[in-house]
Amino acid sequence: MKKEMFCDFLIKYAEIGIKGKNRYLFEDALVSRIMNAMKRVDGEFSIRKTPGRIFLRSESEFDFDEAVDALQHVFGIVGICPIVRLDIVDPETLCKNVTDYMREMYGSELCSTGLTAQQAVEIMKENGFEVDSASAAISDEVYGKLQWQELLPSIKRNSSDTIRFKMMVRRERKSYPKDSMVLNEDIGEALLNAFPGLKVDVHHPEKIVYVEIRDSIYLYSEIIPGPGGMPVGTGGHGMLLLSGGIDSPVAGYMVSKRGVTIDAVYFNAPPYTSERALQKVVDLATIISKYTGPINLHVINFTEIQMAIYEKCPHDELTIIMRRYMMRIAEHLAEECGAQGLITGESIGQVASQTFASLVCTNEVCTLPVIRPLIAFDKQDIVEISQKIGSYETSIQPYEDCCTIFVAKHPVTKPSRTVIRRHEAHLDDVIEEMLQKAYDTDTVIRVGD
Amino acid sequence: MSDTKEIYLDNSATTRVFPAVADLMTRVMLETYGNPSSMHHKGVEAEKLLRNAKEIFAGILKCDLKNIYFTSGGTESDNMAIVGAATAAKRRGMHLITTQIEHPAVLNTMKHLESEGYTVTYLPVDSFGLVKLDKLEAAITPETTLVSIMHVNNEIGSMQKIAEIGELIKRCNPDTLFHVDAVQGFGKAAIIPKKMNIDLMSVSSHKIHGPKGMGMLYVGDKVRLNPIVFGGGQQNGLRSGTENMPGIAGMAKAADTLCSKLKEDSEKLYKLKARLIMGALKLEGVQVNGVELNDELKKKLSSGAMDDEAMVMLMEALSKTAPHIVSLSFPGIRAEVMLHTLENDGIYVSAGSACSTHKPEPSATLKAIGLDKSLLDCTLRFSMSVFTTEEEIDKTISVLSDKLPMLQKYTRR
Repeated sequence: MKKEMFCDFLIKYAEIGIKGKNRYLFEDALVSRIMNAMKRVDGEFSIRKTPGRIFLRSESEFDFDEAVDALQHVFGIVGICPIVRLDIVDPETLCKNVTDYMREMYGSELCSTGLTAQQAVEIMKENGFEVDSASAAISDEVYGKLQWQELLPSIKRNSSDTIRFKMMVRRERKSYPKDSMVLNEDIGEALLNAFPGLKVDVHHPEKIVYVEIRDSIYLYSEIIPGPGGMPVGTGGHGMLLLSGGIDSPVAGYMVSKRGVTIDAVYFNAPPYTSERALQKVVDLATIISKYTGPINLHVINFTEIQMAIYEKCPHDELTIIMRRYMMRIAEHLAEECGAQGLITGESIGQVASQTFASLVCTNEVCTLPVIRPLIAFDKQDIVEISQKIGSYETSIQPYEDCCTIFVAKHPVTKPSRTVIRRHEAHLDDVIEEMLQKAYDTDTVIRVGD
Repeated sequence: MSDTKEIYLDNSATTRVFPAVADLMTRVMLETYGNPSSMHHKGVEAEKLLRNAKEIFAGILKCDLKNIYFTSGGTESDNMAIVGAATAAKRRGMHLITTQIEHPAVLNTMKHLESEGYTVTYLPVDSFGLVKLDKLEAAITPETTLVSIMHVNNEIGSMQKIAEIGELIKRCNPDTLFHVDAVQGFGKAAIIPKKMNIDLMSVSSHKIHGPKGMGMLYVGDKVRLNPIVFGGGQQNGLRSGTENMPGIAGMAKAADTLCSKLKEDSEKLYKLKARLIMGALKLEGVQVNGVELNDELKKKLSSGAMDDEAMVMLMEALSKTAPHIVSLSFPGIRAEVMLHTLENDGIYVSAGSACSTHKPEPSATLKAIGLDKSLLDCTLRFSMSVFTTEEEIDKTISVLSDKLPMLQKYTRR
């Protein structure tokens, strides 16, 4: 594919198209997310919405790969089609233009006959062409100049060497002289005549050549996959419990993919955790913000509460009780900033505090819904997503977070709610004040603007 | 972070640049910015500056200008010396000797040469970090072409008897070259290469209040080195690349400043070191590494009953170590936690063991001196400079004594 041919993209989206009367809300959100994503790309871009289609146009020089990468981070996009825009031309010129487009795009691939040079020379001779057999190394370029139509019956096309294609013409502009059926045939024929390496296959095409006749004529034949999902901002607002690990950034990514706006909270425990551990979390938030859009990262100083739990509660329940307070604090922050639920990276049985029994214990302290997108995922599957979204390398940096510093050798795996509640009550006389102090330490770091 | 004045006790990691050095460098960048290889006046001016810098080092090391080479830092100096000497003498032999407590710039260079077919002997050290001379003597063979031993250890401040080692090497094999990594020792203790049979010696600028990215290598008169950097043939073709003039001028200025009152400064540093050790050892459980103290003295130190006689003994013990580095172990407290606790009071130190920072491996030096396994991850390094004051040491001790009980209480059970 020749990337420098394109200065327009057709953006395809799927689910938004079926959202009934709210459709415009989703489309508007998608347009705004796209414009926001393109801010990171050098160059001027403009966007145009027509019914069922979003067109992105570059108004200046730009880097194709950079632009595509930015679009691949916008949830809601299922396909990115680099398109060539033509003025309205008559059908004959259109056939020629499509032929030129195909030659530019796929070049010699399409000219290949699957024959050796010697075989080609034989066939040409049989058909009465004067060919110097000494120059057996005859090039594809020379073939291209010949009238393939005449030779075609003689060439037994080798199916593995041909590209199976299909024409897909849409004529929105009804005043155009020929209709889509006729145009499909005419253009297809022109392509077959021009390229020996093409073969029609309407059922299992490898390439679909799209020609859309609207205010202009749009040509495209490649669809680069987008991330899918729904545009961020259309699915509510969640508070993500972000640690420095592998799971929580993935959880944030996944929920955001359903259109949810994300804010995050990190529990800091100086001097037990370092400034670099905090920086790592900021880095992780920045990485997922490429997908989720800007994130307000709340940093809460958790040391005092952690010490109090350590001192007054049974050591094997430390992590469970600690997580209960984290959930409470996260819920408090969520309510303050208007988030409708919490998001965690928990997965059943991954660690002691994530067994079913433990989840029951940590779940009961809050009333907002807790979304756990990874709940039934294996670690390896989570790692794969984290590698795909680019957070893995950062997640595995070896800085301790507050969950690991005082962890017991044998933490409870089947905690009982009544027992936990009873032990938690040891903190009753101090905890309200400590929680208030923790809320007061809330520092917001905004990333991804 | 509380609003306290910063107390920087991590001078073995890097130092604050002397203001006069920064001024001089600014002037070189803005005014005498020429290339010493240029033929015009600007070039001549820069060449003078280069010569002047060499003169300063030649003065300090009591050597000739042609013995001085400038590099990009201690690491490059070590690489240039070790790889350069080993490959140039390859036909005579492929055996090299170093110690188990060298800086990674030496250790990993040696490992690289091992992969190229060289044999390397890594000498053990005693519990105070000193090379065992009999082991060294036994290791030297007719095929030994290079011995590389650091002057001052960067983690515990042990100071090798370089003169004795140099003499021993030349007695065993006069053709064996002696390289000294003097990155931590330069500017703290006097070192004269020719007197000590040193053939190659590495110095770093940013450990002596000069700029980062700058180093020096002393190369003795008859030493044959292969270059490891190729290019325009600057510095006798041994280290190509346009000379880093602001860096060279700055480093020379820093070395000059430091070495002109070396004796006075090192006395002051020894006193500070004694003050820190006396204060720290009074605290429960704290132990000092790399200093040879007898039981009687230890008892006096922990009870705080230091009489004149004990003081003399302490100063005598310290004089065998570097004046600026103190390694302390705090049983049961992870070094990283201790470090961040001190940081909260504006005190910057370093974890004596690397395992709490970026590398998962515990410190090779602490292991080599036989430090108890449980203390490997509980050791901090305090390193002082000419800027360090008595008040800063006292403040550090008072913070330690305030925070220790709390930290000892909240440990991993």
